[in-house]
Amino acid sequence: MLADAGLFSIPCDVPPFLLSGAVYGALLNHRSALAALGEAAKLPPYHAPPVAPVLYIKPQNTLALPGEIVRIPAGTPELEVGASLGLVIGRTACRVSASSALEHVAGYLIVADVSVPHASFHRPSIRFRARDGFCPLGPAVIARAAVANPDALTIRAFVDGRLAHTASTAEMIRPAARLLADVTEFMTLGPGDVLALGAAAPAPRVRSGQTLMIEIDGVGSLSIPFMDDEA
Amino acid sequence: MMRARVAFAGAIHEATPVRSGRPGDLAEPEELALADGRVVAGADVVWLPPFQAGTVIALGLNYADHAKELQFKRPDEPLVFLKGPGTLLGHRGMTRRPADAKFMHYECELAVIVGRTARRTPRSSALQHVAGYCIANDYAIRDYLENWYRPNLRVKNRDGGTVLGPWFVDAADVPDSGNLGLRTLVNGKLTQQGNTRDLIFDIPQLIEYLSSFMTLRPGDVILTGTPEGVVNVVPGDVVTCEIDGLGRLVNTIAADHEFGR
Repeated sequence: MLADAGLFSIPCDVPPFLLSGAVYGALLNHRSALAALGEAAKLPPYHAPPVAPVLYIKPQNTLALPGEIVRIPAGTPELEVGASLGLVIGRTACRVSASSALEHVAGYLIVADVSVPHASFHRPSIRFRARDGFCPLGPAVIARAAVANPDALTIRAFVDGRLAHTASTAEMIRPAARLLADVTEFMTLGPGDVLALGAAAPAPRVRSGQTLMIEIDGVGSLSIPFMDDEA
Repeated sequence: MMRARVAFAGAIHEATPVRSGRPGDLAEPEELALADGRVVAGADVVWLPPFQAGTVIALGLNYADHAKELQFKRPDEPLVFLKGPGTLLGHRGMTRRPADAKFMHYECELAVIVGRTARRTPRSSALQHVAGYCIANDYAIRDYLENWYRPNLRVKNRDGGTVLGPWFVDAADVPDSGNLGLRTLVNGKLTQQGNTRDLIFDIPQLIEYLSSFMTLRPGDVILTGTPEGVVNVVPGDVVTCEIDGLGRLVNTIAADHEFGR
C-alpha cells in the first residue's frame, strides 16, 4: 500500500508535478470488454448495454508503486490485471468539450487495475477491486506533448517475459477526449487526478511468484510482482 | 466536543459552537468560537466538510425499510460503493438538480469517521477505531441509474452531491451510535425518519467487513446508509438532515442556471 508520500515518487515533470491520489477508471470502454459479455449485456440484471461511462474508483489504499508486491488473497488461485492507459489531469476539467478535452491532460501513465476475477458488473465490486495494493501505477507521468496520439497506442502485457496480452487504445468505445467530456459533465476532475481509459478483454491473469510487465508505446513499462498473502 | 471547519476572513479555521443555552437545541448556533479567539456569526462563515476526508465509502440498502421501499431484498453482503473527493460539500451549500431530472432525492445518513488505522479488525474492537461522527446527506438522481456498477457514479458521485457536517463530533461524545434517531425535513416538513438501531449491517460489522480487505486509515469515512422516506426535491427546496446529538445539516437545491448551465 502506498503511503501518501509515495505519490511524490512517481516522477511528473509537467504541472501539477504531483498526483492527487484520486484514481478513476472506465470499465467496458474497450470494445473487446463489452463484446466479451455478448448477449448477456442485454439481459438481467443489466437489461440494456451501458449508456453512460461505467466508472469505478481505486481508493488510496490500492495505490502502489512499480515493483511493489501485489498480494494474492488466500483461496484465490489467480488475479486479473486490466492494463490501461491513464490520463493525468493537468487543469481542472469541468464540462469540457471533446474538442478541448485533451488540453486539460498533463500527461499519461500506466494503470494496472488488479482485481479478484469475478463475472458480474452489476454492483461495484469493492471487495474484489479495492484491496490494498491493487492499483500499481507509473512508472512516470509522460508529458502530453511527448505522446502524439493517446488513441493510437499499443498496450502489451508479459507474464514472466512471455507476451500474454496485446490491445490498442484505438479500440475504445469512448476515445480519451470523448471519455473526459462525458465524465466531466457531472464530476469535476482536478489537477493530478487520474482517469484510466479502460482495459481490453480477456485481461491477463497471474499467479503467485509471477511478474507481470505492462508496456505502452512511448509511456514506458510497469513491472508488478505477485505473491500469496502472508497472513 | 463538536467542531466545524469554516472559512472566514481569508483562512480556514476550526470552530466550536457558542451555545444558545436552550435545552435540547439542535439549531445551528448563532455564534461560533474560532480557535484563535474570535467569535463570529454562523451566517458569516463558509462551512466546509468538518474534516479532511480520505476514502469515502458508502452503503446502499442498509436499512431494511429503505430496501423494501426500493423493492429490493435485504442484501447478503454489504452493498458498498465509493466516492471521490469532488462530490463533497459542507453545511449550507447548494446542490444542483439538473433540469432533465425527474427524481432527485436526499439520503440522511450517519457518517462514521475512522480514527485509528483498521486492518482485519474484528467487530468486537471495531469501535475503538472510530474517531467520530457527522451527518451526511448523500443525494441521488434516480433518472441516471443504470444496472452497471449500480449505483453508478453519475447517480452518486456528482459534484456537490455528498454533503457532510456541520460538526465533527468526537466518538467519546456519542455514547451509543447504534441508537440514534435520524430525520429529514424538506422546507420544514418531516419527510424521513429512522434510527441507526435498524441498520442491517451495523457499524462494528461494517468496519470488520471493510477492513478484511482494505486498510481503513484516519480520515476515511463510512456513510452507513439511509432509512425509508426519500422524496423528490426541486430547486429552492431547503433540505435539513438531523441526527440526535450531531446537529442539523442544511442544504439548498439549486437549478442549472445558478451554475451557468
